[in-house]
Amino acid sequence: MAAAYDIAMKQGKPQEESSAPIVAVKELRKSYGSRSVLNGISLSVTRGETLAVLGRSGTGKSVLLRLIIALETPDSGSVCIFGQDIAGLALDRMGDIRKKMGFLFQHAALYDSLTVAENVVFPLEHNRRDLSGSERDDRVKQLLAEVGMEDALRKMPSEISGGMQKRVGLARALALEPEILLLDEPTAGLDPISSGEINDLILTLQRERQMASIVVTHDLHSARTIANSLALLDQGKVVIEGKFEDLQQSDIGFVKEFLQQS
Amino acid sequence: MANDFFEWFGNLGIFFWRVFKAGLTPPYEWRELIRQLDEVGSKSLPLVALAGAAIGIVLSMEARYTLSRFGAKSMFPVTLVYSVIQVMGPIMTGLIVSGRAGAGIGAELASMKVTEQIDAIEASAINPYRLLAATRILACILMMPLLTLAADASGLLTGWFAQTLVEPLSFHQFIESGFHGATFNAFLPPTFKTAVYGLIIGLIACFEGMRTRGGAEGVGRAATNSVVLASLFVILADVVLVKFILVFFP
Repeated sequence: MAAAYDIAMKQGKPQEESSAPIVAVKELRKSYGSRSVLNGISLSVTRGETLAVLGRSGTGKSVLLRLIIALETPDSGSVCIFGQDIAGLALDRMGDIRKKMGFLFQHAALYDSLTVAENVVFPLEHNRRDLSGSERDDRVKQLLAEVGMEDALRKMPSEISGGMQKRVGLARALALEPEILLLDEPTAGLDPISSGEINDLILTLQRERQMASIVVTHDLHSARTIANSLALLDQGKVVIEGKFEDLQQSDIGFVKEFLQQS
Repeated sequence: MANDFFEWFGNLGIFFWRVFKAGLTPPYEWRELIRQLDEVGSKSLPLVALAGAAIGIVLSMEARYTLSRFGAKSMFPVTLVYSVIQVMGPIMTGLIVSGRAGAGIGAELASMKVTEQIDAIEASAINPYRLLAATRILACILMMPLLTLAADASGLLTGWFAQTLVEPLSFHQFIESGFHGATFNAFLPPTFKTAVYGLIIGLIACFEGMRTRGGAEGVGRAATNSVVLASLFVILADVVLVKFILVFFP
């Protein structure tokens, strides 16, 4: 996998055209005690592609993202990022890979003792020590402007709404200019207007930055809006993967039921 | 039960090794360290000084009464100085800091853990062992001897003051008699042994905080465990360290 990725890069192919996956998950399994959450999942995402992972609550969608960014370790299977198997990597080595990844947590996970601006500058302060204070401040203002939160610089996370927190979380995830964006339920718990705004924001960012994105959601409308391809999980396995039309044409009972109920 | 006990120690050892490795390798988190020195040191100072003052008064009253019974009142200054500096100051500071800083660190990190803030730090390519644990543990190690000195000074001052109210004794004379013939070996090891208490308090509080699970209940449990276990291990460490000091710094 690493070789395929390197060859594609050396040949100078436009990255969007390269078929070498940036994120490749193979036969991933994860259990908690006797409860099996993921039962051999294989997925891959290339540059500029957005994959939406759908499924019922508790089917391991969020766990999948946590395994991809190595916040948890799989029981078996592999996760390759930029062709590098991340299993067993030391924390600092994994940190180098994470600098190219952005993660939006389901509940935003903003640092509650820091202001909005401090939350966004946090990754820059620790990973971009070459930047001066004013350069960092400019970058924070630019990021917050991109997500429409430039007026909330000095506010604490507790003073802004859930949708705003997600926007700030997104700005923080984008601070290091990631090549991979992982979004955990970006529209969960938001009203339809806020959801639409977040979807538009994600679409705009993807258009401008050409990131490889994986979006975990149970919101079919959101998935259809922002993703190039969809993967539907059930009982820890991928039931179907493809475009929305592929799901619509599927004869699999669970797929039909999921589409009907969504 | 036995399994849990050994598992806890095993996990604590792994945690310590991760923090140790992370703390020794750059980038160093100086800003966070300074913040924690203030948090553990400056903010514990009033409490430690107050407790030291109370201990000084109690020791003064008890020592005067006991020494009078044996006709050894002239030994009062030296008894008070040695009691405060060698015994009460260090262990009392250890227990106070276990309660204040231990609970604070345990609860803060546990709260960050259950709200995924520690995961967010890790996802932002920042080593949480370096940023959160190493800085807090080092702050505890560095501040404990200083806080102990503050507790000692406060205890000696109030002990002398309590004595003076009953039987006038100049402070100069009190210090002169109290430290007469004393060597550095008598005072430095008991003061610097508190750095080990700092290691214990910081390590246990960070460990309990960063491995928390289970929402608000988990946060409460982490804070309680931090205080109880840190206090217990500080007392146990005192037993070992006193013996160590008696053997190597007679």
